[in-house]
Amino acid sequence: MATIFVDGERYEAKAGQNVLEAVLSQHLDLPYFCWHPAMGSVGACRQCAIVEYADENDERGRLAMACITSVRDGMRISIEAPYAAEFRTSVIEWLMENHPHDCPVCEEGGECHLQDMTVMTGHSQRRYRGTKRTWRNQDLGPFIGHEMNRCITCYRCVRFYRDYAGGTDLDAMGSRGRMYFGRVGDGKLENEFSGNLVEVCPTGVFTDRPFSSQYTRKWDLQSAPSVCPGCAVGCNIFPSERYGDLKRVHNRYHGEINGYFLCDRGRFGSHFVNDPARIRNAGTRARDDVFEARGVDAAMDALGKMLRDRKVIGIGSPRASVESNFALKSLVGRDSFCNGLADGEADLIALALDVHGRGGARIPTLSDVETADAVLVLGEDVLNTAPRVALSMRQAARGRALEMGSEAAIPGWQDAGIRGHAQGRLSPVFLATTLPTRIDDIATATFHATPADIARTGYAVAHRLDGDFAEGDAADEFVERVAAALGEAKRPLVVTGTGSAEPGVIEAAANIAWALRARGADPALLIAPHEANSVGAAMLDAGLSLDGALEAVRSGEADTLVVMENDLYRRAESARVDAALAAGAEVVVMDSMENATAQAANLVLPAAAYAECNGTFVNYEGRAQRFYQVFEPGGEIAPSWVWIQRAAQAAGRSDCAWSGIDDLVRACADGEPALAAIPEAAPAADYRSEADTRIPRQPHRYSGRTAMRADVNVHEPKPTVDDETPFSYSMEGQNTGRQPGSTVPYVWSPGWNSNQSVFKFQQEVGGSLSGGDPGARLIGTDGPNGADSACFRNPPAAFAGGDGVRLFPVHAIFGSDELSARSWPVASCSPPPYVVLHPEDARELGVEAGDGVRCDALSASAEVRIDAAVTRGAAACVVGLPGLPEPLPSEAVALSRDPDFPREAEIIAKG
Amino acid sequence: MWSQLRTLWTVFQHTFMRNETVQYPDEMPYAAPRYRGRIILTRDPDGEERCVACNLCAVACPVDCIALQKTEREEDGRWYPEFFRINFSRCIMCGMCEEACPTYAIQLTPDFELCEYNRDSMVYEKEHLLINGPGKYPDYSFWGVAGKTIEGKDKGEARNEAPPTDFRSLMP
Repeated sequence: MATIFVDGERYEAKAGQNVLEAVLSQHLDLPYFCWHPAMGSVGACRQCAIVEYADENDERGRLAMACITSVRDGMRISIEAPYAAEFRTSVIEWLMENHPHDCPVCEEGGECHLQDMTVMTGHSQRRYRGTKRTWRNQDLGPFIGHEMNRCITCYRCVRFYRDYAGGTDLDAMGSRGRMYFGRVGDGKLENEFSGNLVEVCPTGVFTDRPFSSQYTRKWDLQSAPSVCPGCAVGCNIFPSERYGDLKRVHNRYHGEINGYFLCDRGRFGSHFVNDPARIRNAGTRARDDVFEARGVDAAMDALGKMLRDRKVIGIGSPRASVESNFALKSLVGRDSFCNGLADGEADLIALALDVHGRGGARIPTLSDVETADAVLVLGEDVLNTAPRVALSMRQAARGRALEMGSEAAIPGWQDAGIRGHAQGRLSPVFLATTLPTRIDDIATATFHATPADIARTGYAVAHRLDGDFAEGDAADEFVERVAAALGEAKRPLVVTGTGSAEPGVIEAAANIAWALRARGADPALLIAPHEANSVGAAMLDAGLSLDGALEAVRSGEADTLVVMENDLYRRAESARVDAALAAGAEVVVMDSMENATAQAANLVLPAAAYAECNGTFVNYEGRAQRFYQVFEPGGEIAPSWVWIQRAAQAAGRSDCAWSGIDDLVRACADGEPALAAIPEAAPAADYRSEADTRIPRQPHRYSGRTAMRADVNVHEPKPTVDDETPFSYSMEGQNTGRQPGSTVPYVWSPGWNSNQSVFKFQQEVGGSLSGGDPGARLIGTDGPNGADSACFRNPPAAFAGGDGVRLFPVHAIFGSDELSARSWPVASCSPPPYVVLHPEDARELGVEAGDGVRCDALSASAEVRIDAAVTRGAAACVVGLPGLPEPLPSEAVALSRDPDFPREAEIIAKG
Repeated sequence: MWSQLRTLWTVFQHTFMRNETVQYPDEMPYAAPRYRGRIILTRDPDGEERCVACNLCAVACPVDCIALQKTEREEDGRWYPEFFRINFSRCIMCGMCEEACPTYAIQLTPDFELCEYNRDSMVYEKEHLLINGPGKYPDYSFWGVAGKTIEGKDKGEARNEAPPTDFRSLMP
């Protein structure tokens, strides 16, 4: 620790910090542009000028840039010194010379860091009389808008896009006053994290295009803390609403998970909430498939009859909240409840939980991932299944550079210095995946094989590290290098997941982690499932597997099947689902979106989407996180657990009568030992801020309250009183940042309208939220014990080609996730269904890239792509897209050319 | 005593003074052009809607009686309000909206006669607010000043703008 004096006041600071970080950590106001807590300092904008004094007798001092000045013990600085304040005003004046008169038609207006800093420095009068520089914009695709005139040349965009996220297609171009930030030509920004440019850019050069199409100012957005439903990472988000539409998703800072950044699936994948294909009414579907809205009461009468004295089977869902799943389980009973995971996936997650339960390896948070000094990825293309993990792995790869920097006494925030010193050297990262991935550029070495062969390689690595572990394949060069690099590391990380549908890779990853533990290292093991609540659903004690549930329905054993927020056609082969649904049982489906299962239901109930209800998701690390209702859905839409409650009532039952979400959470914690800690994830509904107020969902300048509903009725309705949460549906209350971190509905602070205000909500810049980082860990909290980490001894059999082609799953960041794929910006980037074949296999089948192939197991034809990295006799098949179910057939299939398959070029030619 | 006499004298004097009562509505009082009465939305000199749906009037409004939604015109890229609603039953004619408006779109007029038997009739939509002229500022066109392009106004063509820069240029 160091003591610094700012304008005569004494403050504590961390030694090694820069002065800007130290000052902002004390929640003082000091303007800045180019510095970013996650990207360090470059000293490009000269905005954070302060006066630094030599000692207490020095009255003159000298001008210094806070972001590139290290904190010294006893340091004396001044923010308010007229010399520094004048300098900062001048800098803004120079930056504003070319800034266009755009604020009224700029999407950043009202949450613009440049606006905030201009006001803060006091620059209000334009003196420059010359002409303004202008630029032509580029079309950067469906996610990001470009308005180059507004640029102030802070370099944050390229520092994020290239240096932090590893993108290559955005760069700074030009010389002297002609610096241009864009692509070589028009085209979609290729990087999967491009959406963060919207938040990183301090002004309106990069804007959120889907948001712009239904634009609302930040002060008019009603928000609540939420958790991304896009994958199992559980990034924290702020979904925002106005006029009943979900307008956008912004990053919600979480010190241990997503930090300052989201992936594009999460940021642009929520527009399904506004989709016209939402189910909005309760109704019945007769045999002729015509949907008839019946109203809630009639639907509940019908449902009551279907449940009363009948054998009922309930299928939950890994995309529904823990609470809804538990409610369904309470309705149908443990022995008739299935968690809705596809059978293979359920086994894999059970295996992952078993591995974590045995201890021996830390379950890393993403901030933990970033500090790993060696990484091995085994069989999982994390960029497509848990994208945010890949961004953290990129930072882990930079660990070597930071280490070199610290050896050369370059502070960690001195970004350009460290990059120059390290000359691109990276920590060891090894990627063993089915196909080449888009993070191969950080890899020390890559290895491409079938999942089974990757598992065998993993077993071999563990054996190489520790001879007690089961042997895998004969050691080749890859195994040698991986074992050597991991063996030397102090904090090695093994990443795997359920994406390759191969239990062997999880076993091998566990073996490696345990072998490293035995050698005295502190290993971390990250196992990524691919849905928001896969872990939560798997932690419920369920009596039926999906196969068992479908079989019970098909055989006529059950009279009624209740399916909650689950499209069964994505979980099992169509023929089996068809057989079950057509067996004569009454089928009740509650879901938010129309899908194939809902099409086959007798009774359809409109379920709330994640932004319309309260609930808990459990992420890959077993962290239960509460997401809150952002807005009240219109019409008959209600949370699934409310439908279940009503159903129980209609069936004349007295149980399942929870008084609210808190009661349900408590019931769940009491009923499920594995979930006992979930009430700790968030404060109860009666939590009030220090001034005994609720927390407002609306900013204090929320406008239009007396006009927005006046077209319906000129008498304003009373705002709904929210009994379920500590939030209010109004602007009344306090959002000081001192409340628990899980209850921050938006970030704003006086003078700081932009998202940069988040530092006022943190204990120190880049640290935890003032009220603690959200979530309660359900597993791995005892820390690694390593005592009973017995190794796995049976590697899977090596892949042997034969007749036909064996399909292995790969995932697509845009398209493989069910809900985000129905968000229009993401849908516009989804690939067509495709399979990747080895060139020889393609030649034998007589197909070339762009042709279509089909087989009995797939209900749609798939486009052929060719890659020599695929093993002969195997083919990688993207899953989760229309027609391609997630469980692929476990036997080889006979692919054949589809002569009718339209080539992409032909479709384009036809328009 | 003296005070009472003086009061009587003053009252007596008024018997011979001019009558100040205005016979409204037979006689209409004069309201200056900048009088703060009924709110209108104006058009720019080209006859296009001036309002760019920036929401500043809505946020400036102390009684929150303005609500609107931005949208974009496909053919030329102009921002405009999809709907624009003022609840005059809440409006206090303070003129903050006019002051906040960066495009001179929203203006207050000398028409103060806003009486209805039914409060619902006090809710004005865009079709009730939008007039066919520029109102008090006949020459101003926001799009001629803004840096954002619209159809018919390219980069570098707004007021005080240099032609678009060629970043590929290597000239010193």
